[in-house]
Amino acid sequence: MLKLIVNRLGQGVVTLFAVSVLIFVCTQILPGDVASAVLGQGATPEALAAFRKELGLNSPAYVRYFSWLWGVLQGDLGISMTNQRVIIDELLPRLNNTLFLAGYAALIAIPLSVGLGILAAINEGKLVDRASNILTLITISIPEFFIAYLMIIYFVVDLGWFPSLATVYPGISFSERVYITTLPAVALTMLVAAHMLRMTRSSVLSVMSSPYIEMAFLKGAKRTRVISRHALPNAAAPIITVIALNLAYLVVGVVVLEAVFVYPGIGQLMVDAVSKRDVPVIQACGLVFAMVFVVLNTLADIAIILVNPRLRHKR
Amino acid sequence: MRILGHKPTVTAWIGMAIIVVNLAIAIFGPAFAPYSESQTVGATWDEPSMQMLLGADQIGRDMLTRLIYGARMTIGVALATTALSFFIGITLGFTAAVLGGWVDTIISRLVDVILSIPLLILALIILGVFGSSIPVLIVTIAVLDSTRVFRLSRALGMNLTVLEYVEAARLRGEGTWWIIRREILPNASAPLLSEFGLRFCFNFLFIAALSFLGLGIQPPFADWGGMVRENSAAINFGMLAPIWPALAITILTVGVNMVVDWLLSVEARPSGAQAEM
Repeated sequence: MLKLIVNRLGQGVVTLFAVSVLIFVCTQILPGDVASAVLGQGATPEALAAFRKELGLNSPAYVRYFSWLWGVLQGDLGISMTNQRVIIDELLPRLNNTLFLAGYAALIAIPLSVGLGILAAINEGKLVDRASNILTLITISIPEFFIAYLMIIYFVVDLGWFPSLATVYPGISFSERVYITTLPAVALTMLVAAHMLRMTRSSVLSVMSSPYIEMAFLKGAKRTRVISRHALPNAAAPIITVIALNLAYLVVGVVVLEAVFVYPGIGQLMVDAVSKRDVPVIQACGLVFAMVFVVLNTLADIAIILVNPRLRHKR
Repeated sequence: MRILGHKPTVTAWIGMAIIVVNLAIAIFGPAFAPYSESQTVGATWDEPSMQMLLGADQIGRDMLTRLIYGARMTIGVALATTALSFFIGITLGFTAAVLGGWVDTIISRLVDVILSIPLLILALIILGVFGSSIPVLIVTIAVLDSTRVFRLSRALGMNLTVLEYVEAARLRGEGTWWIIRREILPNASAPLLSEFGLRFCFNFLFIAALSFLGLGIQPPFADWGGMVRENSAAINFGMLAPIWPALAITILTVGVNMVVDWLLSVEARPSGAQAEM
């Protein structure tokens, strides 16, 4: 088991390295010449030369890649092109905000959707199952900003329960922060819960249709016992996979919902940088998003190894 | 009535009706629109009236007219993206399956790396470097999205290349391209069709989200995601202006998903299990 875990960790490190190469290629090599791509056709040769020098574009690509990677490993993500600020100082508090929001949403979404997914799977074909099928299908099809605006109209404009903008500031108290981010967190929950519910349902169903479950029923075990003792331990791995997959939705949903609620997270920072075409900031945000994502996926896979009943005993 | 040898369910019929109506509006709608795309006919966020059935937008243009023009742009770009994505994905996927060896290994590893981080992040990086225009948008999302199509068509191709009739074609000396076109593609078309619906939904919502962030289709073109963004300030006054384009997006994706859900149940593939970004 330990060997499997070490293997998976190594795989995570290799993935991170490959992703950093991919991001570097996308931002530095794909455009051919970053300077003229960013400054546009009308730039003067002097401006282009100055810009190349500023970004260190005169050395070969692999040298630039390793000096960039070396900087990143030491926590140096470079300096923003538009406001000359050190990127890491601006990025860390925002990453903190984003992780808080995503964690809040995951805390509501995971128990809710896994519970309801198991419930739907147990009652397959009955009214509960069919209702959840249609409801989740509709939720999946709705763009995240639509859910958010409907919630704003109802909870903010009609009822006045929450502020429409989720503005957090340094030194905000924990309870205040929870209150202010409730609306975006619930919107985010709706976004991921539907997917998680559907996928949990189908993975429990596929376990329930396997021969050893039928065997358990045939030897006369009660339905609740078959589900809790035989089905669920083996459905845990696919359910964890489902949760990990949905972290992607969380990351993507966060970017859009931060824009709706004007929440100062890393998604907003990246979107701003993209519209201003601030390449170093885009690179840094992309790398941080990718890192969070790869790390979470690796942790999920390790959790799967840990809960797998077949790996508990030594052969 | 039967489609693909199966009787559609009620929800599938509703979905198909929604798709047909949306396509009709995208193709013929502008001819029947009450006003022209950029004509100012009222004041900012005018209430709905007999002249403007859904009211006015943020600079007094007729909301209904903008929605009709937006249909063509929004659906057109998403369709073009999905078509290009399928062309790239199927070509590479079947080639990898038929040729195998190092070709397969190289493409598969590259796809693995792209798929190891969310597509939105990569799309943002590329749009940030190249700037957003409609051709850049279509090519970027199509290339990124084709990784998903590649996975499916490679798996389908792998299952088909080991069958006797493909082996027979190979032994008669048919070329790779001929085998892909005449032996594999026809036999993989049913799962690819439902995948097309899924990918269309994904791309459609993806482009809408990018436009909503101000990084997708740029003004002055009317497109639904961008219209939500332009009118978003109205929400704080309790006005429904951004709700209409968002509702239009929702109705179309619900419609396509209803049909896809039926197709998947016909093929006995687990619904929801293939949903990944």
